[in-house]
Amino acid sequence: MFDLQQAIARAVAGSDDLLHDDDVQLALDMLYELHYTGFDEADDGWEWSPALLAGRSLIEAAFERALRASVPMPELPEPRADAVAAALFELTAPTPGPGLARTIEREATDEQAREFIIQRSIYTLKEADPHTWAIPRLRGRAKAALVEIQSDEYGGGRAERIHAALFAGTMRALGLDDTYGAYIDAVPAITLASLNMSTMFGLHRRLRGSAVGHLAAFEMTSSLPCRMIGDGFRRLGYGVDVTFYYDEHVEADSVHEQIAGRDLAGGLVDAHPELLADVMFGAAACLVVDGMAADDVRSAWEAGESSLLGSAVRS
Amino acid sequence: MTDEDRPAATPAIVACPDGPLLVRGDVDLVDPQGRPLERHRRTVALCRCGSSAIKPYCDGTHKLKHFTTGGA
Repeated sequence: MFDLQQAIARAVAGSDDLLHDDDVQLALDMLYELHYTGFDEADDGWEWSPALLAGRSLIEAAFERALRASVPMPELPEPRADAVAAALFELTAPTPGPGLARTIEREATDEQAREFIIQRSIYTLKEADPHTWAIPRLRGRAKAALVEIQSDEYGGGRAERIHAALFAGTMRALGLDDTYGAYIDAVPAITLASLNMSTMFGLHRRLRGSAVGHLAAFEMTSSLPCRMIGDGFRRLGYGVDVTFYYDEHVEADSVHEQIAGRDLAGGLVDAHPELLADVMFGAAACLVVDGMAADDVRSAWEAGESSLLGSAVRS
Repeated sequence: MTDEDRPAATPAIVACPDGPLLVRGDVDLVDPQGRPLERHRRTVALCRCGSSAIKPYCDGTHKLKHFTTGGA
């Protein structure tokens, strides 16, 4: 008989780089997807299948070890809101020199720019969802801050302004398929690992500090790159139907990063100084893993190749 | 609950160190003629480094300019 736990244990033990392991990351992504919007073909009851949860925990334990081994722990600030915000802004300060957003802005071809959107679609079509899991795990100032950010992410009560819906609009304007998961087989493991990491932080109450730190770092590294990406699509001749998502984020994330740094991360550490290291780890992990994903895309392009798996996807 | 017991919904402006002014609550944002400025979200960040490309709102450019407020 097929033994799921053994198969997973073998796959995990046999992997020399879990963050770049296509099978393991796809398996974890699918197990997590049962908690999001699920699969048409899978019974909803699988979400709480003890066998699947046991298998998932095997992958998660190894994934968390791999993350902790790959992410240098930043120096810890004083456990006070202002010091935490300052440390997060310093950790996420814009770096001069090349980066994926700059490549999009200045030199990406039309095909590469569309490929970038495909890569981003894995997370962005469910933008904000991983961090929403953390809301009931927080109290007071941190909770109010997270709800304030998420409410804006979810359109402030207007379905057409939901950020994931704006991104779907960008995809359609580019002639891409905005169905969730349409490109799941095309993206490399590290793109799935990026989403899996934030889902793991969100789903585990134990890791709520890292969910908060992750969101803070994500917001703090968004507004300036979003302007470059919007400019890149304008350079390629696209209009506001394509760029609106990015234009919106220039303004939105300049608000969110302040709330996330001071009230969310700072407020959480003020109330729970013991979560300081988790907050800083979550922020650093966001930068490291998303940095790896971006570097892989740029390396593929520099080698004249596609960053997508197999015979790259056209619309 | 009488009106006096209700938590006050006083608007607040947060002066973010080295960053924008965060405006929360019911405040009219208007131009010098009193015409309402386009506002897309309940809480907004107003530029105070002077370099934003989407003034009066913040676009994060203060970080590139190493804008400082001296702790204020």
